This record gives sequence, C-alpha cells and structure tokens, in this order.
Amino acid sequence: MKPTNLTAVLAGIAAIAAGCASMSDQEASQKALQLMKASFNERGQAKLERLDQDETQKLCSKPPAQELAKEAAARIEKQNLASIRYPADGKLIGDWKSGERIAQNGQGMQFNDDPKRPSGANCYACHQLSKAEISYGTIGPSLYNFGKLRGTSEPIQRYTYGKVYNSQAFTACSNMPRFGHNGILTEQQIKDVTALLLDPDSPVNK
Amino acid sequence: MMRRTMAAAVLAAGAVLGAAAQSNPEAEIAKYREALAAGNPAELWEARGEALWKQKRGPKAASLEACDLGKGAGVVNGAYAELPRYFADADRVMDLETRLVHCMVALQGLRFEDATKRPFGAGTNRSDFESLAAWITAESRGVTMNVALSHPKEREAYQLGEKMFYFRGGPHDFACATCHAENSKRIRLQDLPNLTEKAGAQLAYTTWPAYRVSQGELRTFQWRLNDCYRQQRFPDLKFASDASIALTAFLARNANGATFNAPAIKR
Repeated sequence: MKPTNLTAVLAGIAAIAAGCASMSDQEASQKALQLMKASFNERGQAKLERLDQDETQKLCSKPPAQELAKEAAARIEKQNLASIRYPADGKLIGDWKSGERIAQNGQGMQFNDDPKRPSGANCYACHQLSKAEISYGTIGPSLYNFGKLRGTSEPIQRYTYGKVYNSQAFTACSNMPRFGHNGILTEQQIKDVTALLLDPDSPVNK
Repeated sequence: MMRRTMAAAVLAAGAVLGAAAQSNPEAEIAKYREALAAGNPAELWEARGEALWKQKRGPKAASLEACDLGKGAGVVNGAYAELPRYFADADRVMDLETRLVHCMVALQGLRFEDATKRPFGAGTNRSDFESLAAWITAESRGVTMNVALSHPKEREAYQLGEKMFYFRGGPHDFACATCHAENSKRIRLQDLPNLTEKAGAQLAYTTWPAYRVSQGELRTFQWRLNDCYRQQRFPDLKFASDASIALTAFLARNANGATFNAPAIKR
C-alpha cells in the first residue's frame, strides 16, 4: 500500500472512531442550524430568515481557539469593503447632536420594536464616547477624542463613515454590527454618527 | 409589606449608587447588590411553587408529586443541579421547564398547548413555571452542579449548544459569544460574564433563576435565553424547544463543580 493510501485509510478509521463519540464539526454546524430553525418562531419583524447566515457570519461563528485562516480574513474584508456605499452628495459629516441621540438609543430591529421607528446604534453599550456619559460599555475600545486624535482629513472621514457602515471591511469578524450594510442605520444617521466622532464641536472631542 | 421594605432598600441603594458611581461604578454596584440580597422576593414565588407542585390539577386531577425530575419520582432535592439530562420515558434531553411540561401532560392530562400558554409572567398574570422553578431550584441551593454527559443525546445536546453559542446571525451579526466570550467586559454598566471560562459560566449559571428588581418578576433560565435572543435581534426562541435545551445543556455543564445558589436577586 502506498503511504498516501495508508494515510487515507487511517484518517477514515479516525473519522469513524470520532463519529461514535461525536459528530464532525461540519455535521454539528448543519444540525445546529436545523435545530434552531425548528426552535424559533417568527415574531414581528424578526423572521426566520435571520438565521440564514451570509459567508461572513458563517466564517465568524467559530470559537476563538479555532483561528481564522489569513485567506478567509482577507476575503471577508474584501467582500465587505466592496459593499460600502458612500453618499452621492459626497458629504460625510452630519449633525453631531443627532449622532449623540443615535448613539444613546438601543432600540430597533428587536421582535418587540416598532419597525416604522428609526433604529438606534447603541454605541454607548460598547464604547466610551463623550466624557459626560459615564454609563458606557467596554466591549469595544474607547472612542473618546476619536476626532481630536485623528483630525478630519478626507481619508479619516471616509474611514470613519466606512467603519460605521461596515466594520468588517477593516477587521474581519469584528464584534461591531454592520450598520449600513445590514440596513440598521440610514445614510443620514451614519453621517450624524460620523459627525459625533469627528466634529470638533462634538463632546467626543472636547 | 415586604414589597415596601424592598422598595425602600432599592431606593436607598440607588441613592448610594448615584452619589458615588463616578468614582468606581463596579464597587458601587457590588454594594447595591448586597443591599438587595437582604430580602429576596423570590421567596413569594417559591411558596407558590411548592403549593402548585402539591395541588391536584388538570383533567386527571393529579399533583406533580409523582413527577420524575431525574432522581426518581417526586425527588426534588438536588434535582436541578443535574439538569438538563436524558429521560428515557421521553427519549429526549430535557431541562427543568421542559420536564415540568412533560409531567403536566403525562400526569395531569393537560394538552401541551394549554400547559405552555404562559411561560413567562407579567404582573398579576403569573407563570406557573416561574413559581415551580423558583421552588424546585431552591431545593438545589448549596448542591454542587453535576451535569453528566453520559448519554449520547446529552453529548449531542452539549455539542449543538456550543455551536449555537458561537452562531452569528440576524441584522446585527450577534452571537452569544459577542458579549460573553471575554473577561471583564461591560454592556453599559452591566458586567458581562465570560461564559467560555469556568469561573464565568459557574457564576452566571448558578444564579438563575433570579428575581429581577427592574421587572418585579422571578425569571427562569428559559426566560434568560429568550430575552438574550430578543436583544440579539433573533426571532422568538420557543419555550421548551430543543435549541433552548441544547444551549442550556452547554452552559449548565460548563458550570459543573460550582455550588448552586439560586433563586438569586438581580438588578
């Protein structure tokens, strides 16, 4: 028997032995999805199709111990970068006061939320922003002085707008929602959040 | 009366919190929790749950006293610390609430639809499950968590529960792991347990069910999962569904070795 065949046979035996104890990783993923589809009810705006993952979600559903391959990370970032739609009028900075309200608002897209009302971004759930708001989370980095540290050059404006629009364009498997890509925020709302981060008058930069 | 004392304690604790929160939020929140623990209204649910367990109900006019929670018919003490587990009579892994539904159907003759009409209470519309779970889990207080994965279906439930924990979906791309896979993280001012590590999983799992001060309700682990998924922007997790049991199996097993300490009291 050639060594390659022997390897294949051994791998086969190992797979059978593992199968007795547990499913393969791929089988388990498929079975978990079936299980979830049978275990959730559609309610309000939350339909069962929310369980249908795109490639990014699929690749980012692994435990931290299973490191994401470099090529996969690059593919995620490339695909998501291509999805960013910049405003046709070229203006990326809106109203920081409106941005602050959006950053405070945690409503939107839950099955008990009114789909006719605009969603918030709930930035404070995970980030420090203004110094005045002490009730902030720590899942994401502090964004205090975000604009003061970076300035408001056009590339910084484009990066900031793009990051809010689709965070995974810059960091594969980022925990941050893709606010523009997934239709959580409108174009105007993303402009307003960009203003909160970059406008020199915003409390973030005081 | 008890409610009023509680309300006063909460207000006093709130004042302490407000005054000093700026200096060290975590330490102040810990003080607030201590102030709350002095009188836990969960006892009201526990008393009602014990009465419900013994009350003859349903078309068969039977009590739940013959219900087998895994340690033999009618054995309540320590039963919750070993759930979820495989039950041969149903050929299924079940958590506490699902097993209670099973017993309501099998022993009391209720239809599944009728038994599960009100999984979570709201105000005067109390849920029998929240009361029963309060009493039954209290009977495991001080018991060491010991969820076995001896049956193949128990191992499968654990493995699928782990998959669910890392499953990102919905418009916000959230998974359980988005908030619960790192140490020392907060959402707003609320501490988030890292459920992928033993210490975090143990602390979290052994303190549910809990009386939620902000809601004035006793909440079970089924409620905890349902409300997490609501905030994850997923659809509505069905009460006593196989997915809810699988995720519970994953989290309960990860808490093995810890001392069960609920019903607790939370913000």
